Amino acid sequence: MANLKELTRREDRLAGGHRLCAGCGASIAVRQVLLGAGEDPVVVGCATGCLEVSTTIYPYSSWKTPFIHNAFENSSATISGVEAAFNGLKRAGKIDPDKKVRFVAFGGDGGTYDIGLQALSGAMERGHDMVYVCYDNGAYMNTGIQRSSATPKGAWATTAEVGAAQQGKRQRRKDLTQIIAAHGVPYAAQASVSHWKDLTDKAEKAFNTPGAAFLNVFAPCPRGWRIPSSATVEIAKAAVQTGFWPLYEVEDGVFRQTVKVHNRKPVEEFLKPQGRFKHLFAPGNEALLAEVQADVDRAWDALLGRCSTE
Amino acid sequence: MPEHKTLAATGNTVVAEAMRQCKPDVMAAYPITPQTTIVEEYAAMVAKGRVHTEYVTVESEHSAMSACIGASAAGARVMTATSSQGLALMWEELHIAAGMRLPIVMANANRALSAPINIHCDHSDIMGARDAGWVTYFAETAQEAYDNTIMACRVAEHPDVMLPVMTTLDGFITTHSIDRVSVMDDESVSGFVGQYVPKTALLDLENPVMHGAFSGLGGPYFEFKKQQRIAMENARKVVKDVAEEYAKLSGRPFDVVETWGMEDAETAIVVMGSTAGNTRHVARDLRAKGERMGLVKIRVWRPFPHVELAAALKGLKAVAVLDRAESFGAEGGPLFLETRSALYDAAERIPVVDYIYGLGGSDVKLELIERAYKDLSDIAAGGAAPAGPVYLGAREEA
Repeated sequence: MANLKELTRREDRLAGGHRLCAGCGASIAVRQVLLGAGEDPVVVGCATGCLEVSTTIYPYSSWKTPFIHNAFENSSATISGVEAAFNGLKRAGKIDPDKKVRFVAFGGDGGTYDIGLQALSGAMERGHDMVYVCYDNGAYMNTGIQRSSATPKGAWATTAEVGAAQQGKRQRRKDLTQIIAAHGVPYAAQASVSHWKDLTDKAEKAFNTPGAAFLNVFAPCPRGWRIPSSATVEIAKAAVQTGFWPLYEVEDGVFRQTVKVHNRKPVEEFLKPQGRFKHLFAPGNEALLAEVQADVDRAWDALLGRCSTE
Repeated sequence: MPEHKTLAATGNTVVAEAMRQCKPDVMAAYPITPQTTIVEEYAAMVAKGRVHTEYVTVESEHSAMSACIGASAAGARVMTATSSQGLALMWEELHIAAGMRLPIVMANANRALSAPINIHCDHSDIMGARDAGWVTYFAETAQEAYDNTIMACRVAEHPDVMLPVMTTLDGFITTHSIDRVSVMDDESVSGFVGQYVPKTALLDLENPVMHGAFSGLGGPYFEFKKQQRIAMENARKVVKDVAEEYAKLSGRPFDVVETWGMEDAETAIVVMGSTAGNTRHVARDLRAKGERMGLVKIRVWRPFPHVELAAALKGLKAVAVLDRAESFGAEGGPLFLETRSALYDAAERIPVVDYIYGLGGSDVKLELIERAYKDLSDIAAGGAAPAGPVYLGAREEA
């Protein structure tokens, strides 16, 4: 795995000057992931969403790579088509059979957990030599902070409002990383923009794994989470330290925790700084807050149970 | 000159055969009745190593077209096939394929849309894709389905066009019936279609390109659409040029509007797809009895040949349109609307009657077509035109 010195020499493949918000987790995730591709050429696909609209405003492109955007739910299917073309054109003798190209598809949690789940599942099952990267900011941020199946329980969203009859999102979030791991893909991992080395190492592993690989990257959204744009990395770190977002990988079915958390902090430390959870700390919501903590504890124990102890 | 071989084969078999001869680099397809035998036969060719095609067995038609778009943007020659609900599920992607100017070729086995669920022939599926921006052929026979597939490849990839092309054949009637088909040798076909040399391929790594850029916020979306209109207009000539060249090879002439018995006809039926055969049969019988009936068959639905159609119908006393699809709430079916619009500039007003027929594979009996011709005779003799659209052959209780 490349060290920091080596990484600094690699080209940044997402140029500055894009129009994502200050403090956006998505652009950090993309830059770290693409560093993991090393010197190899990369073809990027991207689902409709913040990342896409902010980096591809015609006639400009922030991508120093060939790039394709198709629609919202199908960046995985689109990139699987690009990878298929690579194979077909090699067989046709139009591309050097030794040529190495990396294929990566990006999507937000809406485009991945929800509307894109079927296409993602299909691409992972077919085993295209590609990496799918979800930048998970826990809601439909591009359309204005609507709840997705990645939105945490209790979070405020514009379609999971807070009022006399409802205290934000009622349901638990979906555990997508484990869903993809259950496809039996050779590599699936959960990472965070707060742990750059862990993230880049995982990306490198994902790119170097023949077949389909999946990365779920925690990518805070200051606008949707109601945090200052300077707090992105801190909040992401709190998610890891509270066990809300454990960092682990699944290689050929073997679970391994990549960043150990020895004194797991109460989930409150992740929730409290965020405006979207403000109501959880209002009188009367003690039980809901306890429920959120209980959910985190249960998922944490289940994950540790799955992880190899080495 | 090519070697010609006569086969007894279904429409689907010869579509798969034509696709093999066009040597696509990628096929991404999902099974749906009655398209299935195309993708099955192609899969068998893949398994036998007869093709170099990368065959992507996607999990839905939406992903089929998504993968085709990715593959085509990457620089590959791409083909696929679908039908009915599958085409409907692709709807979003059909527009994107055309908007991104990707020369994908797709066969559609024309089939009714749900509800109620029905697997048989009509043109509802294809009419739902009418405005997606695809050049669209209709086939009467398996032979036409074979020829159209090969020509489609050339039209799609023509630099003046660069649009996706759909070649349609009627579900079960043409897809599954065994027909007499003349096919050409592989070399002649691959020589005719040539190599696809993409100009903006994702896999041209030395010349990186961006496909699918954002064009809102006052961007040139409107101008891109105008470019699509120009490309579709260009397709009029390209379709004819390619057909002329193909006819030299195949010996089968092609016209976007084909006529039968129109030299001295007083009335005519306008039709698309397999029902042209039934109609020709009836017209022939009626002619033998001294009736001056003709047939006008539309072979290319988009771009719609309004000039050629108006010329074919010029001076007639009455025209019937057979529509195998509905456009609920409109004055008639889609073909009727096009036909009447094509006749708007005619010097003399020609009565046009719309007949909705054969929905969900409802039998197209000869007597139904006779009835339409009889109505035309009555109108030509000064009778009133029936109020349309007439549901031809629908059971009375409905």
